[in-house]
Amino acid sequence: AAAILPRYICGGSRATQAKQRPHLNLNHTLRYPSLTHFSFSSDLFCRRRTRGEFARPSMEIIDAELRLGPPGSGGDAAFGSQKKRSSSTVAAAATSEASGTDDHDAAPASKVQVVGWPPVGAYRKSTFQSASASAAKESKGAGEAGQRGGLYVKVSMDGAPYLRKVDLRTYGGYGELRAALDALFGCFSSCSGPSPDNGQFAMAYEDKDGDLMLAGDVPWDMFISSCKRLRIMRSSEAR
Amino acid sequence: MPYFPDEVVEHILGFVSSHRDRDAASLVCHVWYRIEGLTRRSVFISNCYAVRPERVHARFPCLRSLTVKGKPRFADFNLVPAGWGASAEPWVDACARACPGLEELRLKRMVVTDGCLNHLAHSFPNLRSLVLVSCEGFSTDGLATIATNCRFLKELDLQGSQVEFRGRHWLSCFPKPSTSLESLNFACLDGAVSANALESLVARSPNLKSLRLNRAVPTAVLAKILTSAPKLVDLGTGLVAQSNNAGALPSLYSAIQQCTSLNSLSGFWDSPRWITPIIHYICKNLTCLNLSYAPMFRTVDLIGTIHQCQNLQHLWVLDHIGDAGLKVVASSCLELQELRIFPANANVLASTGVTEEGLVAVSSGCRKLNSMLYSCSRMTNSALITVAKNCSRITSFRLHICLHGSVDAVTGQPLDEGFGAIVRSCKGLRRLSMSGLLTDSVFLYIGMYAERLETLSVAFAGDSDDGMIYVLNGCKNLRKLEIRNCPFGNTALLAGTHRYEAMRSLWMSSCDITLGGCRSLAAAMPGLNVEVISQADGGANDAKKVEKLYVYRTLAGPRDDAPGFVSAL
Repeated sequence: AAAILPRYICGGSRATQAKQRPHLNLNHTLRYPSLTHFSFSSDLFCRRRTRGEFARPSMEIIDAELRLGPPGSGGDAAFGSQKKRSSSTVAAAATSEASGTDDHDAAPASKVQVVGWPPVGAYRKSTFQSASASAAKESKGAGEAGQRGGLYVKVSMDGAPYLRKVDLRTYGGYGELRAALDALFGCFSSCSGPSPDNGQFAMAYEDKDGDLMLAGDVPWDMFISSCKRLRIMRSSEAR
Repeated sequence: MPYFPDEVVEHILGFVSSHRDRDAASLVCHVWYRIEGLTRRSVFISNCYAVRPERVHARFPCLRSLTVKGKPRFADFNLVPAGWGASAEPWVDACARACPGLEELRLKRMVVTDGCLNHLAHSFPNLRSLVLVSCEGFSTDGLATIATNCRFLKELDLQGSQVEFRGRHWLSCFPKPSTSLESLNFACLDGAVSANALESLVARSPNLKSLRLNRAVPTAVLAKILTSAPKLVDLGTGLVAQSNNAGALPSLYSAIQQCTSLNSLSGFWDSPRWITPIIHYICKNLTCLNLSYAPMFRTVDLIGTIHQCQNLQHLWVLDHIGDAGLKVVASSCLELQELRIFPANANVLASTGVTEEGLVAVSSGCRKLNSMLYSCSRMTNSALITVAKNCSRITSFRLHICLHGSVDAVTGQPLDEGFGAIVRSCKGLRRLSMSGLLTDSVFLYIGMYAERLETLSVAFAGDSDDGMIYVLNGCKNLRKLEIRNCPFGNTALLAGTHRYEAMRSLWMSSCDITLGGCRSLAAAMPGLNVEVISQADGGANDAKKVEKLYVYRTLAGPRDDAPGFVSAL
């Protein structure tokens, strides 16, 4: 299937590399849409015939809005409606609706995060986290969180004799959670730097699929809903 | 004229201060080279591995100010693994031996240990200014030794550095009964500060003009500081919020009204929204406003504030400001020269923020703009063309569209034409950073039109080797080329073989180059250090793809402190 994808998506020789990747290399993910998510025929993509012509991609969304017409037909109409959709769904849908402004990078939201992009200095990371925490707070509304009751998860730390339990709903963001864990275990206070990547310990969690993930990548809301258990592990293991 | 006295040349060169002019003067003849070397006071080393420190001191024995830059810029975005190098130790050692009268030391992206700071403190009694931008590896203990031993210190600036917190005592180590401090910036410091120490420090620093506090400084302390230093010109606040101390806020309000010379403001951190009116007291005089660390402020708060800042020249803000806010900026801040919009949300799919409308509005209102950093969620070619027409004086243009590979939001085309227009009409463009879907055409435009371009940052762009070849052949003044995630291969890399010695450095990561190509480059150009950073184990055969490549010109030969994951070819 990779062989029939037009060159400008696969970049020539890298198409074969995409197939042979043994693990998910996040740096490449966005250029090559995940092939397992949909079946397609080459007609759905606008091919770029010569270097001078630029594609007007007609395939953007993975759901029922796919147009099966020949490449280039009705592209503008599709675009107009997509633009309206993307502006109305504000930050909510983690799928391709929000990527209506983007073309072939129809990867799911969790794979969109790439190392070092957007290019923001590491010293701004703490601003990021409090911003997404505050956005989550505002969008959820004041009373809603309190009504749903506590969300207690176990917290284990490598080398500690016993585990603790914390209520994730009492924290507004990663920063507060980190401070609370620090108060319980004393793990982060000796570290340098605000981001959880530095220092001796890293904060990881198990999500509902049972995978061990590094905390801090997804917005706080998403984290609370998917986190089943927290684990504070040594940075040497986390690398 | 057959005889031109050395003293006259020396005298004339004393008026020449810019590095580039002095470099040019030193190339005239041997005599001028020698005289220029003897009289240069301020030396700028843009790559710490390009030359050995001893050689610098041999050529410039009278230097008083040294600026050294270390890691490649992409280290800011976690692309350079920890332990890469750029230690300040050799530079401090050499300087201590050759030039103990050093007055200014500025380091950027280097690793500075406490031992190094200790050595500094004891070797340079005359040190007036220590600036550590984005450095790491030291702690508050190191700061304490500096404060204790450098009695004439005027400037201590820790912008963006990572400092390990080991205590609050360092602030009380500054000289008593009075210090000569004029500028103190510890905004990046994590950890508490002793309120008493800070207040007494400010009270005994009569020359203090610039003070940037960290988040931990409470409102009451800020109020006291401002009362004792009303002549402050540049202030970075701590967290300004309601506290247990009921009188703190009113005293802050009254203190800030007394600061009539204040023209630069930053900080705020997680301060709540309702604090923004405090800025209104000093709006009239503000020329620099940095609210990029204040994620709680919303569009409506920012609009109300910025509307009154008619004299603003530098504005750094988060993308909460929105297009509506930028339209207000365009109508109120006509003197604006620099605008930086940072993304507030790490979630790249969030479609809030600024769009091309804001950019167009700002460009049509603020005609004096010369530097832009714009992080937006979408962009169009027509917007970029309009910006190019309106602001042809731009020297630095950096556009980051949060979802990489984004097309023109209206037509679906790549953004080649837009960036092409920018390079065509901004004749003085020196720095360009691009994003969005870009093909080889944009590189062709850059090669053809961007004559003054010195720094180019490219990510997720281009189709083939031609792109990089256009740039390498076209931009004669190119100094730094940073490329990530582009399909450029060995042909492109080797096409620039003759260019890299005229450039400061080349960074390529996640491209299509192989070890064989890098080896050919290293073999062809012995004056370059070709370093491959790879953390995955694998064979060392020529067909192996290179993860990260860093090429730079050097007089010092291969590095001797390279860690295991850096292999010099």
